[in-house]
Amino acid sequence: MFRYIGLRLLQLIPVFFGATLLIYFMVFSLPGDPIAALFGERPPPQSVIDTIREQYHLNDPFIVQYLYYVGGILTGDLGTTYSGRPVSDLLGQAFPITFRLAMLALFFEAVAGIAVGLIAGLRKGKFFDASALVVSLLLISVPTFVVGFILQYVFSIQLGLFRTTVGPGAPIQDLILPAIVLATVSFAYIVRLTRASVADNMQADFVRTATAKGLTRGRVVRVHILRNSLIPVVTFLGVDIGSLMVGAIVTEGIFNINGVGGTVYQAIKRGEGPTVVSFVAVMVIIYMLANLLVDLLYAALDPRIRYAK
Amino acid sequence: MSNAPSTSPAVDSKTTENQPLLQIRDLQVGFKTQRGFIPAVKGVDLTLNAGQTLAIVGESGSGKSTTAQAIIDLLPGAGKVTGGEILFEGRDLTKLSAKAMQDVRGRLIGYVPQDPMSNLNPVWNIGFQVEEAIRANGVAQGKDARKRTIEVLQEAGLSDAGDRLKQYPHQFSGGMRQRVLIGIGLSARPKLLIADEPTSALDVTVQRTILDHLATLTRDFGTSVLFITHDLGLAVERAEQLVVMYKGRVVEAGPSAEILANPLHPYTQKLVAAAPSLASRRIQSARRPDTTKTLDISSVGAADNELIARADARENTPQKNLITLESVSKIYKIRQGGFKTKELKAVDDVSFAIPRGTTRALVGESGSGKSTVAKLVLQLEDITSGRIDFEGNSVADIRGRDLLAFRRRVQPVFQDPYGSLDPVYSVGDTIAEPLVAHRVGDRKSRQARVRELLDQVALPLSTVNRYPNELSGGQRQRIAVARALALKPDVIVLDEAVSALDVLVQGQILTLLTDLQAELGLTYLFITHDLAVVRLVADTVSVMQKGKIVESATTDEVFDNPQNIYTQKLLEAIPGAHFSFGR
Repeated sequence: MFRYIGLRLLQLIPVFFGATLLIYFMVFSLPGDPIAALFGERPPPQSVIDTIREQYHLNDPFIVQYLYYVGGILTGDLGTTYSGRPVSDLLGQAFPITFRLAMLALFFEAVAGIAVGLIAGLRKGKFFDASALVVSLLLISVPTFVVGFILQYVFSIQLGLFRTTVGPGAPIQDLILPAIVLATVSFAYIVRLTRASVADNMQADFVRTATAKGLTRGRVVRVHILRNSLIPVVTFLGVDIGSLMVGAIVTEGIFNINGVGGTVYQAIKRGEGPTVVSFVAVMVIIYMLANLLVDLLYAALDPRIRYAK
Repeated sequence: MSNAPSTSPAVDSKTTENQPLLQIRDLQVGFKTQRGFIPAVKGVDLTLNAGQTLAIVGESGSGKSTTAQAIIDLLPGAGKVTGGEILFEGRDLTKLSAKAMQDVRGRLIGYVPQDPMSNLNPVWNIGFQVEEAIRANGVAQGKDARKRTIEVLQEAGLSDAGDRLKQYPHQFSGGMRQRVLIGIGLSARPKLLIADEPTSALDVTVQRTILDHLATLTRDFGTSVLFITHDLGLAVERAEQLVVMYKGRVVEAGPSAEILANPLHPYTQKLVAAAPSLASRRIQSARRPDTTKTLDISSVGAADNELIARADARENTPQKNLITLESVSKIYKIRQGGFKTKELKAVDDVSFAIPRGTTRALVGESGSGKSTVAKLVLQLEDITSGRIDFEGNSVADIRGRDLLAFRRRVQPVFQDPYGSLDPVYSVGDTIAEPLVAHRVGDRKSRQARVRELLDQVALPLSTVNRYPNELSGGQRQRIAVARALALKPDVIVLDEAVSALDVLVQGQILTLLTDLQAELGLTYLFITHDLAVVRLVADTVSVMQKGKIVESATTDEVFDNPQNIYTQKLLEAIPGAHFSFGR
């Protein structure tokens, strides 16, 4: 077991280098001169440009630039943006708020999604089920920004329950509304996934046998239907951690949150290699850790896929 | 131990005997579907006395399982009892509340389901699932429950239960899972046990041990048993009373030996006639010129002398061997984690030959390697060593064009008529597919061939545009046969081709196969676990055990005078083996 986790963690190393190299190359290949873009209409004297190009190794070939970057990482230096801010600073500012937002959204969609999906699955074809299906379809088809603006308008502006914008270091209650907006689409998917899975398991022979044993209805649902139905849902949740963090850009825009999405977007526009690559690398690691977590959870839920001794 | 119940529920079971434990009166059950309400059980009456065993027999769709499920309110979602009463110890179960029904289930009426593979929850260990039943029925709590769990499993025949409690269902074989399910069903010492096809998914020898064990337990505990089965042999061997159901109605009821020796209702007569047993004879493959296609198994009458003579003549004229296997072996490498592999000899030094126009049966239990032989003959897998000859030429290593040519002449029919047809292909497309794949003819001639084939397998032409989900199991298997025939092959490999079918449908398909054999001179490799079927169709039999052929002889020799101990055991284990059905 620990050996397995160790091996999976070791896999992070090659993936890290592969991903950073690829992203670095993609940023490098973007058209346009980042320094020219930095100064806009009035270019500075050539000597200044030369100094900056020198400082950021922009005259060196791609692979050398990449090696400078990797060398920096190994000594704990993630580089600086063209405006002189250390990238680590930027990471430290953007990730905590996005991470909190994503975790809160994950919590909402998991709890609410599984609960609604379970009830709908148990009452397949009844009113609750039909409404859950219609609502989830609506949530999937309406774009996030529409849902976001509507909720913001109703709850923040009209009812004044939440603040309309969220500053850096905001308390967790300020994140509730953005998290709900961020969670909507995934919530809808989880409702449908859980519902289908529960409805399937209701028909399973072992559920009939469990009932025939004389178990109460509640126990049959809790012990024999819910656990089996969670297996596909857990997989979805794991993959969703990553998409929630990257995909928060729209939600972050609506609530004016200075998070990962917006920062990366700006960095790509400015062609700032080190910033983009560092952010993406952290994302990749989060993705992989989430995947490892899913695999471990999966094995805990389903003994059939536990690793053979 | 003090909490555990005594082994016999009734103090003096003698006095309770011959009193009705379960009385079903005019039971009606229906299913709500999109097309409206469809009745499945239309007025069933039956009486089961305390300590007795009763079997309900019938084909699938006869309502036998629905009746059983209605007793303990386990009908699937859309099912509903619409009339009649189910009296259990004088109480009408149909009027009980959901809560009261929970107390009846497990505690008073135990249930053993059909398929051991799907009836245990794969994510909980065995101990948990048994203990759960013991706790729910108040048999024992706390530490005693764990102790009782081990006892229950040991009673059910798992002697090493103590060590295996923490194991999961997938680590148990089918037979052992069925023992667990029997253990669960009997754990609270119910007065009635409903056993819904408890062994139909198991090998014949495993079936015998399990049924013997079940009989011992229920006799010791004084439990009444309600068997649901499609197997007449099993019914006559295991149950005193018999109820024959057909299309939701009881058509005949009474002592089982009497009914099967002297069936009165035409449906029962048909069922009895179709039941393959050791007493039946080979379906005569020489086709009579102008008789209607009736199921003719017991055709040892005077009128058939000519047929037998013809069959004899066929046996006596030595035919050239079409397929020959010479010490064929197949070794699989099984990964055991890391780089370690273990070798599994699935087929071990197997040799046999099939003369043209005859049927060779290959029998054995699951895991005996018989299906692997089928794959090797079909060239779906490569042999590890040995030689397979087709018309005298080795086909072991043929590739490309030669392999394609070989495939045209050797075609398969598989077991599951639901899984082997593509649900989005119409029947016509399915049958024409081999023709398209091998570029035979043009569109028009293919259509003509499809019509011809449908005629050969006795399906109406209108079937062409229908889809597999609109057809019954028997019709689907006819289509699979038609598809196999499309390329006019010489050999058909039938891998458990009739095992999933009801006895009457099975009889029809077997008759069809023998007719086709006589008409087209086909050679069959017939793979099955069902010895009784072998007797109906095979000329020669090979019995396989653990990858080896342990006995090979003509069908009559094997059945009348089995030499190998394993063969004798297999024959002995057939339910109702020595019961002569009235015909």
